[in-house]
Amino acid sequence: MSEKRPAREVVHRDYNQHPPAFAPGYKTSVLRSPRNALISLQSSLSEITGPVFGEQDLGPLDNDLIMNYAKEGLPIGERIIVHGYVRDGFGRPMKNTLVEVWQANAGGRYRHKKDQYLAPIDPNFGGCGRVLTDENGYYFFRTIKPGPYPWRNQASDWRPSHIHFSLSGDAFAQRLITQMYFEGDPLIRQCPIVRTINNDDAVRTLIAELDTHAAVPLDCLAYRFDLVLRGSRATLFENRTQGAAR
Amino acid sequence: MKDYLPETASQTAGPYVHIGLAPHAAGFHIFEKNFSHVLTNSHTEGERIVIEGRVIDGSGTPVRDVLLEIWQANAAGRYNHPADLQQEKALDPDFRGWGRTCSDFDSGVWRFETIKPGPVTGRDGRMMAPHVNLWIVARGINIGLNTRMYFADEQAANEKDPVLNLIEWEVRRNTLIATREQRGDEVVYRFDIYLQGEKETVFFDV
Repeated sequence: MSEKRPAREVVHRDYNQHPPAFAPGYKTSVLRSPRNALISLQSSLSEITGPVFGEQDLGPLDNDLIMNYAKEGLPIGERIIVHGYVRDGFGRPMKNTLVEVWQANAGGRYRHKKDQYLAPIDPNFGGCGRVLTDENGYYFFRTIKPGPYPWRNQASDWRPSHIHFSLSGDAFAQRLITQMYFEGDPLIRQCPIVRTINNDDAVRTLIAELDTHAAVPLDCLAYRFDLVLRGSRATLFENRTQGAAR
Repeated sequence: MKDYLPETASQTAGPYVHIGLAPHAAGFHIFEKNFSHVLTNSHTEGERIVIEGRVIDGSGTPVRDVLLEIWQANAAGRYNHPADLQQEKALDPDFRGWGRTCSDFDSGVWRFETIKPGPVTGRDGRMMAPHVNLWIVARGINIGLNTRMYFADEQAANEKDPVLNLIEWEVRRNTLIATREQRGDEVVYRFDIYLQGEKETVFFDV
């Protein structure tokens, strides 16, 4: 007889840590946000499981954005390492989590057929990478620090320098996309996308700190960026009598 | 509460999400191996189906820069994950159960090629009707939206499904049910997702 209940549950999401769906300062959210309240579920197998990834899914240069699209030379810009730990809400390491990143080049231009910004493409920079966290939840990649860029929200809005992050977690309910910002960037406090989050402590979870200890002398600087996914815990009690017919 | 670490805040995936998660759609080749909207190979067990649809905004316009992922059980109703302890159901080594797709930049249509999942045991031993879990991100969506797709030809199972029955507005349950059609030799389930307005799809806090 197999277990008929989930062995684990995902801890509920604290929406005070997140932006609301409807955030009119970020104009695109106006027509793309549900008007109805979300319907809350208790965890079933559908929520506590999720895709499992392995090294066979990745290539050897996937976490090196300086080299993974270099054609005839190195990309132009500030060479940096970004590294940190992915943990769950209980502080436990999130092992084997797929971390995917994408970003603009040093001038704020994306390699995307829809990006028409006049700053040029860098022929040696692609702008995406991915890596699996190790046994300790640790990840690292190497890249060029992205430049800020203008966007059509209010006509004078500029995004702060940022790197987009996507994390798979261990359960589909932990799936998260976010953006990493750089310590000290004055554009952070003006940005309508950052300001969709109504909680200064939550905004601070998105700002990477300069980390000179991890820098490579005469080669590249480093930034430290830790991430936290929702915790999952054992189901402590259940209401079904053992062995009883359903 | 102080012993718990707060979850990292969500931010929108933005209009260029394809660069990181589907670079071929952004218009360039970089990775040797790419994740795909095709969940099957020639050995995968189960009935081949196509899931196709559009995501529609509050003005009725298709969202053309959306990215979707699905997570589903195999044909026997088991997830390919160590936390699934339904030992009486076989794992299918040729089915991960996960896929990723983008809408077409012109039409807004997206598509998955997969198999029809079997029913999965839910909480307290109650069977859940066959369903596919979806996660939706795009420019303008601040935190990924979770929903489920059920199958119109599973009416008896749908009527007993514990999650569909949580939705007290019966009229809203229909927003989660995909219609089946035969198109040439393909079985296609059509599933349009309405972000906002009269036909708004049910989204879950999972």
